[in-house]
Amino acid sequence: MCCGAGGVGKTTTAAALGLRAAEVHGRRTVVLTIDPARRLAQSMGLSELDNTPRQVKGIDGDSGGELHAMMLDMKRTFDEVVQQHTTPQRAAEIFANPFYQAMSSTFSGTQEYMAMEKLGQLRATDDWDLIIVDTPPSRSALDFLDAPARLSRFLDGRMLRMLLAPARGGRSMFSLVTASFGLFSRTVQKVLGAQLLTDLSGFVSALDSMFGGFRQRADQTYRILQDPQTAFLLVAAPERDAVREAAYFAERLVAERMPLAGLVLNRMHRTEVPALSADVSLAAAEVLTAAGDQPLTADALLIHANLVSQTEREERVAATFIDAFPAVPTVSVTAQPADVHDVDGLRTIGALLA
Amino acid sequence: MGEHVSRWPARLHVVTGKGGTGKTSVAAALALGLAAGGKRTLLVEVEGRQGIAQLFETEPLPYKELRIAKVAGGGEVRALAVDPEEALLEYLDMFYHLGAAGRALRKVGAIDFATTIAPGLRDVLLTGKVKEATTRSQDGRRAYDAVVLDAPPTGRIGRFLNVTAETAKLAKMGPIKTQSDGVASLLRSPITSVHVVTLLEEMPVQETLDAIAELEALRIPVGRIILNATRPALATTGKVTKAELKRGLVEAGLPSDAATVSGLATEVKAHLTRQELEESLRAELTEAGRPLVELPLLPRGVDQGGLDELAAALMSA
Repeated sequence: MCCGAGGVGKTTTAAALGLRAAEVHGRRTVVLTIDPARRLAQSMGLSELDNTPRQVKGIDGDSGGELHAMMLDMKRTFDEVVQQHTTPQRAAEIFANPFYQAMSSTFSGTQEYMAMEKLGQLRATDDWDLIIVDTPPSRSALDFLDAPARLSRFLDGRMLRMLLAPARGGRSMFSLVTASFGLFSRTVQKVLGAQLLTDLSGFVSALDSMFGGFRQRADQTYRILQDPQTAFLLVAAPERDAVREAAYFAERLVAERMPLAGLVLNRMHRTEVPALSADVSLAAAEVLTAAGDQPLTADALLIHANLVSQTEREERVAATFIDAFPAVPTVSVTAQPADVHDVDGLRTIGALLA
Repeated sequence: MGEHVSRWPARLHVVTGKGGTGKTSVAAALALGLAAGGKRTLLVEVEGRQGIAQLFETEPLPYKELRIAKVAGGGEVRALAVDPEEALLEYLDMFYHLGAAGRALRKVGAIDFATTIAPGLRDVLLTGKVKEATTRSQDGRRAYDAVVLDAPPTGRIGRFLNVTAETAKLAKMGPIKTQSDGVASLLRSPITSVHVVTLLEEMPVQETLDAIAELEALRIPVGRIILNATRPALATTGKVTKAELKRGLVEAGLPSDAATVSGLATEVKAHLTRQELEESLRAELTEAGRPLVELPLLPRGVDQGGLDELAAALMSA
């Protein structure tokens, strides 16, 4: 499981790991990704969301490994879950409901839930030596752990049961029986309007048949995440926010007894001339600039001074995580001069990760 | 005093950008900059990240407009973290005087339910609060000279701002519809301007261009592209020769052994590769036809002094 804040290079890391596992370790590997950069997706032969693992071409298969990749189609996965848990007629009703349409494509936890769902399916087939999940680009990395539980809590929630009460022979909010309920339902009617309530109650009663299914599945995937066969890999760029996010996530993993394998510090800069300090370099650049006859060296010294300052800052930021989690292995991946979007680039990153 | 008004004419500035591009820092700097000269601005966040509190190193923000910075010349910046649940209760109270019923709604989990099942509703509440703050008057003058919204990232910005479309799927009439129509017309008026923050890296640039196209199609006014964390270009563009580097190092009185010379040469080449890539990305952004603003990379990271520096850079752009 590759986790981390947005924009830290999670997808690239996931793809590089998969490529290395296939080429070097001969493993049959699948990478499940959510929203890869267009060119990276193209380089892996992914041109559309189709929910089916596609074999990546152009990799070295001498070791007997294979690399497959797939992009998650959130709505289609949700549709499949619905179809599995209810009759075709009920499923058709659910699909036509505007609330389902809104929820299956925009509910904030749907991507996370569906990624878990897909992970469960891939794991169940026993086709793979290694499954790599590139977690969704959420607001916070923690959403990945929280969203499935939130969805199942929601589907099993008090509110939903209340709306469902008539179907089970009890009182419904629409029957306006008790005073507080009357007040409540008048409020809802007033704010939402009657048509909306009709759609809502239709959606809710249609979902009723699927309750157990959703909850059970969310519990199952949670257990998969605690399994010793699972490994969480945190990915962070050496920036304050990304490292803070990684630290939150690490704390949660420890609390939830989920296996934390390590931290990837992505895009770390490094200097080729560590003995030459930023201050000395900067001072010399000024002298040369004033003299005016060595513009190349003056620039080189400025570049070097900036690089050294940046390296030092990145190491300070990285140290905040390392000090807090001394037992967690970390690996630094050097920043590449150009962005990575082909198999060769992934191979380079894979070697740096090893 | 009125100078920056002509440069940043909108009153509601929506700041988006790919995750990791520094949009929260840029939004904060914009709120600081626009508060110069005795103005009052409001910096709003809507994603429950408490990014503003982290940036200003304060306690987590409550659902309340609190001052987080004073600006030279008598200006001030207030900050607000909008919580959808609080926004719904406030809205109900304002329009329906539903104090007790509102609390009852919360008790049974209705609000959590409503905002979960209909995410579009959540966005209407969040943008509705932003609209309210933007248009609010106090004692015959505007409560805020400008409102700066630290908005969801580029991948979600279109859906977030396109409130009418999202709620129209669910509510064809009634108060929610009225509310979202009001928000939609504000967001499509010259009062609003959406600025996109990016780094000179491939993915953020691609997402910036995608977001601009999406916003244009929605007829939501796009303001500026803000290039964050840029480095000054160096004069060196030609060939790097080790002999020349060696002569320079000798002249500067620095070690000029083979390892130092080739190490520096490697660093310069990597820098030039990066610079070339950045130039081509800059050219792509220029083609989008929106004004570019460049903000410098802050070598020590974003602290209070850094924010002031960014604010000054934004206001002089």
